[in-house]
Amino acid sequence: MTEETQHTFLDEVTTIPGGERLRTCIQCGTCGGSCPSGPAMDYTPREIFALIMAGERERVLKSNTFWFCVSCYYCTIRCPQEIPITDIMYQLKRLAIKAGYYRASITNFSETFVGQIETYGRSFELGLATAHYLRYHPIESVRMSPLMLGMVTRGRMAFRPKRIRGIRPLRAILRKAKELGGEW
Amino acid sequence: MVRYAYYPGCSLERNAAAYDESFRLVAEVLGMELVEIPDWNCCGATEYFSLDLLPAYALVARNLALVPEDLDQVVAPCSACYYNLLKTDKNMAAYPKLASAVNESLAAGKLHYTPGRVRSRHALDVILEDFSLEDLAAHVEKPLRGIRLAAYYGCVTVRPMGHDDPEYPIRMERLLKALGATVVEFSLRANCCGGHMTQLDAETAYEMLHYLLRNAAKLDVDALVTACPMCQLNLDAYQGQVNSHFGTDFHIPILYFTQVMGLAFGIDPDALGFGQEIVSAERVLEKFRNPPEEEEKKPRRKRRDKDALPMPEPLSGGGR
Repeated sequence: MTEETQHTFLDEVTTIPGGERLRTCIQCGTCGGSCPSGPAMDYTPREIFALIMAGERERVLKSNTFWFCVSCYYCTIRCPQEIPITDIMYQLKRLAIKAGYYRASITNFSETFVGQIETYGRSFELGLATAHYLRYHPIESVRMSPLMLGMVTRGRMAFRPKRIRGIRPLRAILRKAKELGGEW
Repeated sequence: MVRYAYYPGCSLERNAAAYDESFRLVAEVLGMELVEIPDWNCCGATEYFSLDLLPAYALVARNLALVPEDLDQVVAPCSACYYNLLKTDKNMAAYPKLASAVNESLAAGKLHYTPGRVRSRHALDVILEDFSLEDLAAHVEKPLRGIRLAAYYGCVTVRPMGHDDPEYPIRMERLLKALGATVVEFSLRANCCGGHMTQLDAETAYEMLHYLLRNAAKLDVDALVTACPMCQLNLDAYQGQVNSHFGTDFHIPILYFTQVMGLAFGIDPDALGFGQEIVSAERVLEKFRNPPEEEEKKPRRKRRDKDALPMPEPLSGGGR
């Protein structure tokens, strides 16, 4: 393979806007130290970046690291190399889904949410959360019932969002966008 | 009267109706005209961007395209909506290839959006930038005397594209002070509430919420004041779960900044969505109706080391 045609894992990750900055990572660990969910991750962000550089595609995409990213952007604003770390975590989520490294209990939440948008044009996170919980955490959902009851009695609960009038054109827009696809 | 396009977002339709109701009323007092974007759709929250990038952008851009031609700014009270609108506009402007792909998608629905046409703004920024603190204070009919409030901003209101300090924001505190409240500085004001973590890993989510609640409780606040429906939902609705998980007994009402503004402006609490919170704010209202004669002065606790800065307690789980 020549230099030009060689497509590394690092190249796949860095296609997003500003993603090229990842090549400048100095392994300082500011990201992991700033991460509120870092303790629950298989690898801290710093470790993930080292693994990406090392071409460890499978280890990276099978890890839980990016799924535990809560999009708080602390790492992004603190990174001395200005790497858009949160956006890279999103890119890793997309690559993991594409590669079929699926975590049903986690990925399905995003997919059900998106499914709701494609059906109604709007979402209702709490109704969705309930459905998601019952399916993936049936035992714990018993403990959740006081919460749900509280939300219902205060009128904060619905199971179905409103449907927008322009749902057909919206679907056409989303279909077209999926068809165009591509990396950004 | 300044006119703004208004993007309420899905949360404000139901679970955060208190935010929508109170924002509309406060806006009316301030003379803001809110024009709801016709037939707006969900912004995709953090979920669509995890799955498919171009449809995620196109979804957000449809809302920008639907902003009436005569309006050049949109106000969103939800931090996730605000950030998605802003990010889509900025990235379309910076990456023409993305802009043309988004517009090719929008064309399938007979829409078009020219990047830069609409300025996306958070409700908190609009109130703090389009009105001076003096303007706001002039509308105060019933100062929040003796009510101890701490601001809680969470993440995307201030990061990565906010209008305040991303680590140590201060503007909401200034607002609360202008309303006559006793402002208590919360050092974790810009920390993360966990977002959708409750759905992914409850243990991790409760750890994060416990960290915030435990440190807020030490400040002896009457309520935490937020500008984001996700923060409100997590800290309010899951407070009971955190209590049963950790054997704690926190009772900290979580209110929207627009609710406390409305109170101070003399608007009826029911109209402001009081009573919709899970952790009751009744004690706040009681204090509001019967303000203490003299503002009670809490004796300052001595610092262990007079040169040390006040620090939050560490996470109970510790590091890895």
